[in-house]
Amino acid sequence: MPSNDLFTYSIALADDALILGQRLTEWVSNAPTLEEELALANVALDHIGRARMFYGHAGQLVDDGRSEDDLAFGRDCREFTNLLINELPRGDFAFTMVRQFFVDAFNVPFLTALIQSSEPTLAAIGAKAVKESTYHLRRSRDWMLRLGDGSAESHSRTQRAIDELWGYTPELFEAFAAEDRLAEAGLAPDRGALKSQWRNTVDATFAEATLRCPTAAWSVRGGRGGVHTEHLGHLLAQMQYLQRTYPGQQW
Amino acid sequence: MTTEAMPLFEVFIRSKRGLDHRHVGSLHAQDHRQALEYARDTYTRRGEGVSIWVVASSDIVASQESDSASFYDPLDDKPYRHATFYKLPDAVDNM
Repeated sequence: MPSNDLFTYSIALADDALILGQRLTEWVSNAPTLEEELALANVALDHIGRARMFYGHAGQLVDDGRSEDDLAFGRDCREFTNLLINELPRGDFAFTMVRQFFVDAFNVPFLTALIQSSEPTLAAIGAKAVKESTYHLRRSRDWMLRLGDGSAESHSRTQRAIDELWGYTPELFEAFAAEDRLAEAGLAPDRGALKSQWRNTVDATFAEATLRCPTAAWSVRGGRGGVHTEHLGHLLAQMQYLQRTYPGQQW
Repeated sequence: MTTEAMPLFEVFIRSKRGLDHRHVGSLHAQDHRQALEYARDTYTRRGEGVSIWVVASSDIVASQESDSASFYDPLDDKPYRHATFYKLPDAVDNM
């Protein structure tokens, strides 16, 4: 049933954005400089705003009275379907920026393709979000150049982050069953087809930044099926604490 | 990394087309490109601007307090240089 598929799909995209946004907010009060803290918080807010749009859309599709807050704060670990790369702990600054670069380099072509969706709300979210992600990519790409081609320490930390994250990137290009059906019907982009464009961005940036792509062939997956790393539960415990303790609490 | 090690930049924002760029503040960044991005993130998030200039603070040459006597005082007794003797039409509200 397509509306069920659309619900599952919107939730997955919302979870991706929310979990990454939550990880980015962890830098608030911890960032290396005040300027960078504001910039990271802005990126976080863009992702959280995106999550709200996708949750809101999902909520309208099922019309069972669940609000975006219920969807964000009322589901358990196994019900979250975000890709694993988004939930990994923020690590050091290099790790955060490498993760962001990998995700941004994916999001720009993905959201560009989402604008072509025949589902008007998804297309509208894509059109709004792609402008944000274009800026995010400019920033995270700049940081790859600064860190990779910076000091010996920044280079080695960045290369280590790349090596640790590399095996989480194949999942970016793996569609789940509902997504395949939506792609078939012209409602969703074919994410597998975006890999070469992503790889071109990564290769060109790493060459300039004196960084290298790992050759290791390991990869992990499971997020779309609700099978997560041990880190997501801790993230949710912190993020959902208030709504779990005081259900329905508002500002 | 500390901000002390990073140069200071002055930020100027044009809020609307047709208006001048105005000084809005300053920030630390490693270079001009990063300063422009930080200026965007720090000063334009709520739609304040359509154009940003960043200038390295060290490139600004400022007049000194010790020069003020020779710079400004001689103008005090030359009121004929001001357009204050003209009556402005009501239509001109900003001059």
